[in-house]
Amino acid sequence: MGLAQKLESGAFAVTAEMAPPKGTDFGRFKQCAREVKDMVDAVNVTDFQSAVVRASSLGAAAILVEEGLEPVMQITGRDRNRIAIQGELLSAAALGIKNVLALTGDHPSVGDHPQAKGVFDMDSVNILQTATTLMSGKDLAGNTLTGTPQFFLGASVTPVYDPIELQVLKMKKKVNAGARFFQTQAVYDIELFKKFLEAARGIDTKILVGVIPLKSPGMANYMNKNVPGIYVPEEIIERLRKSQDKVKEGLKIAAEFINEIVRQKLCDGVHIMAIGAEENVPVLLEMCDLKRAA
Amino acid sequence: MVITQPKPFSDILKFLEGKKKIFITGCTLCATSCMTGGEKEILAMKEQLEKEGKEVTGYVVLDPSCHKLQTRSTLKKYKQALESADAILCMACGDGAQTVAEVASIPVYPANDTMFIGEVERIGHFSEACKACGQCELGWTAGICPITRCAKSLLNGPCGGSKDGKCEVNPENDCAWVLIYNKLKESNELERLLEIKGPKDYSKAANPRRVTVGK
Repeated sequence: MGLAQKLESGAFAVTAEMAPPKGTDFGRFKQCAREVKDMVDAVNVTDFQSAVVRASSLGAAAILVEEGLEPVMQITGRDRNRIAIQGELLSAAALGIKNVLALTGDHPSVGDHPQAKGVFDMDSVNILQTATTLMSGKDLAGNTLTGTPQFFLGASVTPVYDPIELQVLKMKKKVNAGARFFQTQAVYDIELFKKFLEAARGIDTKILVGVIPLKSPGMANYMNKNVPGIYVPEEIIERLRKSQDKVKEGLKIAAEFINEIVRQKLCDGVHIMAIGAEENVPVLLEMCDLKRAA
Repeated sequence: MVITQPKPFSDILKFLEGKKKIFITGCTLCATSCMTGGEKEILAMKEQLEKEGKEVTGYVVLDPSCHKLQTRSTLKKYKQALESADAILCMACGDGAQTVAEVASIPVYPANDTMFIGEVERIGHFSEACKACGQCELGWTAGICPITRCAKSLLNGPCGGSKDGKCEVNPENDCAWVLIYNKLKESNELERLLEIKGPKDYSKAANPRRVTVGK
């Protein structure tokens, strides 16, 4: 069952994120993909995540299709104008990529080529509009396409944000532009997540809550200080501090969080971002009370 | 106002390599306010150049440097000083320097870097306020320009990169979208933010642009 059908059936969906390699060696990427293949509904491939040069998300997504996995191709407006975005989407559809996650993209200044010119011809909402337009058989200029793509469109949302009304407002725009599902920024505090869900109530969409397994108290502190939209509560940092095996404890914390989300039926799925520790995704999923996806 | 900053003096000397006699121009408007091309700065530049063995044949504060007819007629009055000069050093903005270069018959070099269209917050403090996009968005954004004040020029609300109302790109900057939201909320106009803004028409900003009044 694909991601779209899984979410539409009302079942709990699992997605995991993988970054394409910096270089041409996809060995580890493929290995990690094979290990999660039967455990997840789809795998996100990031699009020059954090504005860092790597192989592209289109290339990596095509490799996942070859490997028999269902990719969610992330696409940002940072590096491409409306011409390139349309071309990329058409290529993706032709390569068998159905799921597309539209993002505005991190600013080049946070990446490894800070001198680069940011494009931002289109934001996440515009990319969704564009994909929706292509699905009608026309390009943005109204020209007829030879072969019409079909996409299952997604977007992102930051649940821990002040003022939350502003995030919800943009979320509504994304839904109106064609987003059918949301993968959220990582959440650690279930009560804050519930507050967000309350603010987003009535929006007709599917929500996969973001989970980043922590690897150390330092990582948690770093994210609290530097990553907008991430808040790791002190009691979680304390648990990591006291533990012997911090990576294992981080996975345990993540598993407990996912199990609690499932138990309370808070949302439609979970999106795991292992950020460089993709080999831990199957370990984490084994620790959760989830039925195998496949 | 067009905000300028002086180029490093070493860059200026590189331009002027082999040029012994220099005529300096400034500007009464923006460059004077930015303290990059008023009479005071011209005199300081003159002194610096003379220390480097250059001869300054004359100087003028153009009123303003970007007015072509005005610049042409003003420079005519300095014919002698200009004819004896090897080069002009222009202490105006990039526009002012091009105007001088168009009307002068000797090479013109810029003394300033042109930074942005912005406002004078207080003396010596300038902030960027307008990108000259050709389609003003201020009518629905509570008078705060998202094209300029959002690092990504977003038109459909904030990205996920703001923290405590500050921008991830430069935490000294406010998130333009939080400012817009707060102001529209105050005036009970939040519904203005619900409309999806399509991709902006950048053909309106295809350079070089021209404006002719009456057409």
